Amino acid sequence: MAEQKKTKDVLLSLRDVEVSFGSRRKKFVAVNGVSFDIYKGETFGLVGESGSGKTTIGRAVIRINPTSRGDIIFEGKKINGKISKELDHEVIQKIQMIFQDPMASLNERAKVDYIISEGLCNIRKDISEEERSKLVAEAMANVGLLPEFANRFPHEFSGGQRQRIGIARSLIMKPKLIIADEPISALDVSIRAQVLNLLSDLQKKYDLTYLFIAHDLSVMRFICDRIAVIHKGNIVEMAETEKLFAHPLHPYTQALLSAIPMPNPVLAKQRKLKVYDPKCHDYSVDKPVWTEIEAGHFILGNQKELVEYRKELTKEPIK
Amino acid sequence: MAQYRRSTEKPILSVRDLVVKFKLRGKTLTAIRNISLDVYKGESLAIVGESGSGKSVFTKTFMGLLDNNGWIDNGEILFGGYDLAKFKNEKEWTKVRGKRIAMVFQDPMTSLNPLKTVGKQIQEAILLHSNISKAGAKQQAIKLLTDVGIDDAERRYKQYPHEFSGGMRQRVVIAIAIACNPEILICDEPTTALDVTIQAQILDLIKALQKKFELTVIYITHDLGVVADVANRIAVMYAGDIVELGMCEEVFFDPKHPYTWALLSSLPQLGIKGEDLYTIKGTPPNLYQTIKGDAFAPRNPQALEVDFVARPPYFEVTPTHKAKTWLLDPRAPKVEPPEYIRRLREQGVTFNG
Repeated sequence: MAEQKKTKDVLLSLRDVEVSFGSRRKKFVAVNGVSFDIYKGETFGLVGESGSGKTTIGRAVIRINPTSRGDIIFEGKKINGKISKELDHEVIQKIQMIFQDPMASLNERAKVDYIISEGLCNIRKDISEEERSKLVAEAMANVGLLPEFANRFPHEFSGGQRQRIGIARSLIMKPKLIIADEPISALDVSIRAQVLNLLSDLQKKYDLTYLFIAHDLSVMRFICDRIAVIHKGNIVEMAETEKLFAHPLHPYTQALLSAIPMPNPVLAKQRKLKVYDPKCHDYSVDKPVWTEIEAGHFILGNQKELVEYRKELTKEPIK
Repeated sequence: MAQYRRSTEKPILSVRDLVVKFKLRGKTLTAIRNISLDVYKGESLAIVGESGSGKSVFTKTFMGLLDNNGWIDNGEILFGGYDLAKFKNEKEWTKVRGKRIAMVFQDPMTSLNPLKTVGKQIQEAILLHSNISKAGAKQQAIKLLTDVGIDDAERRYKQYPHEFSGGMRQRVVIAIAIACNPEILICDEPTTALDVTIQAQILDLIKALQKKFELTVIYITHDLGVVADVANRIAVMYAGDIVELGMCEEVFFDPKHPYTWALLSSLPQLGIKGEDLYTIKGTPPNLYQTIKGDAFAPRNPQALEVDFVARPPYFEVTPTHKAKTWLLDPRAPKVEPPEYIRRLREQGVTFNG
């Protein structure tokens, strides 16, 4: 496992990142010392409830929220804090974001053609009209939008199509990393499948890396290579998808798993809902540490809990 | 749930041949195309369909909440001795709306008044429908807050909606809905705006309240995964019509309509990693035009010729299960449901056997 990791290139690396809001007297820490690596070409999932700080991490990476501590390293360069204008442009081009609500994230007063090319025109001011429209047409074709849609306004589209516009405008920048912040939460179930398929097709075609943010583990299982579970600004568990689903160790992960709606009346009626209470940890003396409990499976726990977790690992995997 | 004997029981709400039309930009749109449906006391019925299938419009007619440009063109809605389709003015509606049929709306962020305390908003509903003193209504409101699982109700009573989280706000909305002991509770996408963990809690709460107050619950949702746990019966809606209706197990394990197959297959939970998820091709039909034949036929890769010509009637599978598809006609060729459905069915068989 360790060897395999060496061959994988780290694209994005977060080291002890903290994001806080408010002044010093009323400081609120949204992200509390988070560290993880995203490898090239993988889909990394970040899952947690509302208010857990998952979106804040995504926004910190694209420099919308300033960090108060730690380093964010992209392709070997530190990109948080004060950086040069050239690097800023490079980050804008190479890291793109897809937002949650396709109804709110598109400029209602601009045509699709303008929405898609706005970012491109901002970093390449000298672009010719010919090249611009060629690139827009290409991006639209990639996401399955018809060329004649270019002259329409966002309100003329359905939710799924709007999300495609959102994907097209990030794609036109030829990014390396796309941060997808709950890209399907606001969509109908039947449209979700279409958007997920589109995202995975594009990943293969352009060798993209995704940071996929969601609150629903059932979707994550399908699309992610590795998943990190975040609770109140701390990552509590991180593992490869299959390992996480086989041995969900942290009580919070288990609570999230138990809440997945099951499309099967028999299983759904047998389901027992677990509620996570942070008070179940006794961290007063024995402080929790971030430990690699099996290869590629990390967990936050104190020594007593780790013993329990190791016992859990020897059990039969959950299907 | 086998105790539901449809044939003998009298329905609490009965919809007959309902047609609802809207006038939009000078054109007429048929949103509900001839639906008949019985709802029985104490059951929980889930109406499932994509956006635009008419599921919300359908239930809004039970409460007289259609937009001004919409009207009931034909049919009747029988409830408690009234024909709701004949109701004209607010005075008539006040007898039923909120009092005997109540609704929980989708988005708890927008369905509460931000300028009033939550207590006042619950009290308001109680005072409107019963002759009770203000102090009595307050007591009742506090009791309701406790019922929906809000701790420290006395203090919470005086707080404003912004002081509540999304899940807690939805609990308040539910408290308002059940304030007057309604007979029917309509939940319009009650959990779509919420996190999965909160979603499960809210569904559990509605289930518990249903038992406690002997409510009849109608869920409206686009996500079949959500209703597996809570519904006794499922009605699948497509293009303003109920295309399949059956007990929860029947719809999940033995679906008959190709649209139900497609809806179930596209659930991400059933996907296999590395393979593409199943998607429904095309878009829902344009309801401005008259629909000929089976509305789903243009999107159905296995559609029969007859699907484009004649509208299928209901074919009965079991006394509780019926579907509108020509596939169930004895003359139809045998069409196998897709892979996903067979897998689901096998799970069901192991359970039943």
